[in-house]
Amino acid sequence: MLIRTKSHQDLTEAEVTDESVFQNRRSVLKRMGFIGAGSLLGGVPAANAGLLDWLSGEDQTKGKPTVSQKALSYTDSSHRVDETITTEHKATTHNNFYEFGLSKSDPSQNAQSFQVDPWSLTIDGEVENTITLGYEDLFSYPLEERIYRLRCVEAWSMVIPWVGFPLAALLKKAQPTSKAKYVAFQTLYDPKQMIGQTSRFLGGGIRYPYVEGLRLDEAMNPLTLMSVGMYGKTLPPQNGAPIRLVVPWKYGFKSIKSLVKITLTEKQPPTTWNLSAPQEYGFYANVNPKVDHPRWSQASERRITTGGLGADKRIPTLPFNGYADQVASLYTGMDLRRFY
Amino acid sequence: MLKRNQLGNKSIVIIKTIIHAMCLYFLMSRFYFAFTDQLGGDPVQAIIHFTGMSAFKLLLLTLAVTPLAQWSQQGKLMRIRRMLGLWCFTFAVAHFYSYTAFDLHFDFLLLGSEVIKRPYITVGFFAWVLLMLLAITSLPILVRKLGKRWKRLHNWIYASALLIGVHFWWSVKADITEPVVYFVMVVGLLSLRWQKLKRYLGSARR
Ligand code: HEM
Repeated sequence: MLIRTKSHQDLTEAEVTDESVFQNRRSVLKRMGFIGAGSLLGGVPAANAGLLDWLSGEDQTKGKPTVSQKALSYTDSSHRVDETITTEHKATTHNNFYEFGLSKSDPSQNAQSFQVDPWSLTIDGEVENTITLGYEDLFSYPLEERIYRLRCVEAWSMVIPWVGFPLAALLKKAQPTSKAKYVAFQTLYDPKQMIGQTSRFLGGGIRYPYVEGLRLDEAMNPLTLMSVGMYGKTLPPQNGAPIRLVVPWKYGFKSIKSLVKITLTEKQPPTTWNLSAPQEYGFYANVNPKVDHPRWSQASERRITTGGLGADKRIPTLPFNGYADQVASLYTGMDLRRFY
Repeated sequence: MLKRNQLGNKSIVIIKTIIHAMCLYFLMSRFYFAFTDQLGGDPVQAIIHFTGMSAFKLLLLTLAVTPLAQWSQQGKLMRIRRMLGLWCFTFAVAHFYSYTAFDLHFDFLLLGSEVIKRPYITVGFFAWVLLMLLAITSLPILVRKLGKRWKRLHNWIYASALLIGVHFWWSVKADITEPVVYFVMVVGLLSLRWQKLKRYLGSARR
């Protein structure tokens, strides 16, 4: 049982705001290279530190200690790829989560004071029962561990032990109507906590809140997971706490994080990266070694598991990220070059 | 004109020593951290990013030497230009090597097709080849041999800087603010040489 006093919470919130404002300013300056360039040109006494910053590209932002992750109880499942699992440290410090900054190390540094409890996730739209889940409810489904490959569109990959439940379980409870054809997902929008949402400099110029989508049959596929944990514990904020989607046969950006809303729709919903660069990111985004990203090859990938420079391997990318048996039938008759 | 506050030879040696020490330190320490897995989740991306940004920054500093020497009337500053240029090339070599060795794992077929197929890599590659030509021809013996032609050849540094600006621009996924700022810095440094460039381009056309 967690007991929090009012004053304690107030204090935390004040800290959060201060921190994010500070990080915000620092980060803008840093990204412009001005912290260094400014002192370089100004020739002030502190010039050396600034110049060093600029030359070293040193990241000055330091995160608070990691928020506490709780151990989860779950059962094993048959969904386990028999490949080396990525170390927890790498999976939790190398993240694309622009809400918390653009570089891969930003989220683990900027997300540590993120509040996940209380939380509210709503399932609405073309459903018989609109459902709202609070923080505790997220953990009320029977949880299982699944070891999935994660293939980023940037041609690197990891193997991650997720803890969660099939999205289908949730959708069945909500009972999609006959009109429901697609499922739209939405990340929390809270610029106070998510510095990436405060300006386009910090947020990479994509639109917020981040939105994603699946076809209903994709969403109902047994592989499609609602994840509430990884490595046996609740999710850390940088990996999408308290609840995120995991769609292992699609590029990572489909696996939307920190979900607040799931809406069943009749029409194909807009998706963030597709809006940002339609020629580079499609709605389907199935892992496909034959269809290159315009700027790099998707035929192979760098598998990040453990170790320093040179320790990873470049391996061939598999159609549907190795899950073709379970999902290829969803796309029979479709031209996957056109629907990339 | 009185030249009382001219930098002495000793100051130049000190400046040079500091630059050497800093560049060497950052290059070695970053690779040390990368090899020992202390550079975030993906040391490969981190090292490509670090070497690329450093090479670009050193190129900007190289281009800033001449205007700075003129403005401050410290002619001796020109002596640090060559070493900055060579350090820029050193980081560019580390950048290209990191991409080839640690990202592509020496898959030369893939390297070849990426250089041909991906505009941002193509542009970076040309910039890199230019830097290499300039680095080689900065050997004192070649500088002497080339005589007047050396200057013409080394004007290609401006083309290289523009190409790297484009390479950076095209390499980003979403927000282009940072590359735009760098591009503006390149254009700014080139515009200080507008008269010279105009003359040069004019003579090239004739
Ligand atoms: C053979 C030549 C080159 C190749 C193959 C190459 C390759 C790359 C790659 C793969 C990236 C990372 C893109 C990403 O992760 O999004 C990159 C970024 C970059 N490169 Fe190069 N590059 C080359 C030449 C150069 C040169 C000569 C310079 C500068 C002197 C340079 C400066 C940069 C900069 C500033 C970035 C952006 C850093 C970042 O955002 O990660 N590159 N390059």
